[in-house]
Amino acid sequence: MQIRLNEKSTEVESGISLFELVRQHKPDADVIIWNGYPVSQDRPLSPGDRVVLIKRGEAPSRDELEALLVARHTPGIQARLKASCVGVAGLGGLGSVVAVSLARVGIGKLILADFDVVEPSNLNRQQYFIDQIGQYKADATRANLARINPFVGVVAHRVRVTPDNVVELFGEADVIVEAFDRAERKVMLAESVLTQMPGKPLILGSGVAGYGRSNWIQTRQEGDLYICGDEVSEARPGRGLIAPRVGIAANHQANQVLEILLGELQDELSERE
Amino acid sequence: MIVVNEQEMAWEAGMTVQDVLDRRKFSFPLVIVRVNGELVRRADFDTHTVEDGDRVQVLHLMSGG
Repeated sequence: MQIRLNEKSTEVESGISLFELVRQHKPDADVIIWNGYPVSQDRPLSPGDRVVLIKRGEAPSRDELEALLVARHTPGIQARLKASCVGVAGLGGLGSVVAVSLARVGIGKLILADFDVVEPSNLNRQQYFIDQIGQYKADATRANLARINPFVGVVAHRVRVTPDNVVELFGEADVIVEAFDRAERKVMLAESVLTQMPGKPLILGSGVAGYGRSNWIQTRQEGDLYICGDEVSEARPGRGLIAPRVGIAANHQANQVLEILLGELQDELSERE
Repeated sequence: MIVVNEQEMAWEAGMTVQDVLDRRKFSFPLVIVRVNGELVRRADFDTHTVEDGDRVQVLHLMSGG
């Protein structure tokens, strides 16, 4: 009979018990998940049961992690995401969150660029840890992503993005996420991408400061440009950058990346039908 | 007649991108302007003329991230 063992379809003998399965496949497992529940008692297995065997502290192999993502995301979607490359310009409150979301999703390749180092004031909203203060954000993000999914290809540049290097850095990317803090840098990137890589989807963040008003944050499309934020809430004294609202906007950006990448897949599929 | 951020606006011969921004009271220094989908660089705002029927998109980018 067929069951799913660690998210992979597996042929086992009919009537096998859970603990016999453990003995055959992973005798050192110390956590047994049966159809979504941790269990400690033996029981007979039925066709279609889902069993996950875990040894605490042991990392899954590339195949296991891939199977897990496929099971969560469905096969066609995962194949497309794995074949995709996304650029993230800036690794602050927007970029560090976007990078974490896209690594969890299992994007095949992430190109990251930031010249800055982690400062204590960044910890209020950016995806860094107290022991990373003083590290380059490019290095710290790469290290953090490797702890989430070591099989995502991460190219992290400790470099200041300029009109002169933007094509070299991000030319390969299917989508570019603008994740700078200062407005001048946002305009620089938008002008550079629009003139040097016309047609390349670019997702901007604008208007993310303060707290509350979650539903003001939206994603607006203008051709190949996407703007995530409320387009009103500028960061200024008295209206700071705070984790939840910046995080909402960052995940609008990450979600728009998926819509761009997977929207194309749906078009391809509908053409084949 | 031109369309600026989806709103109609009277057109005049010789009107520049900067004229459009001034009349719509876009005082923010950091804007992205596209005319019929094509970027107009900030350095060209004073010289790039807008033609009758053009579609102008003005996007204000603000600090925070």
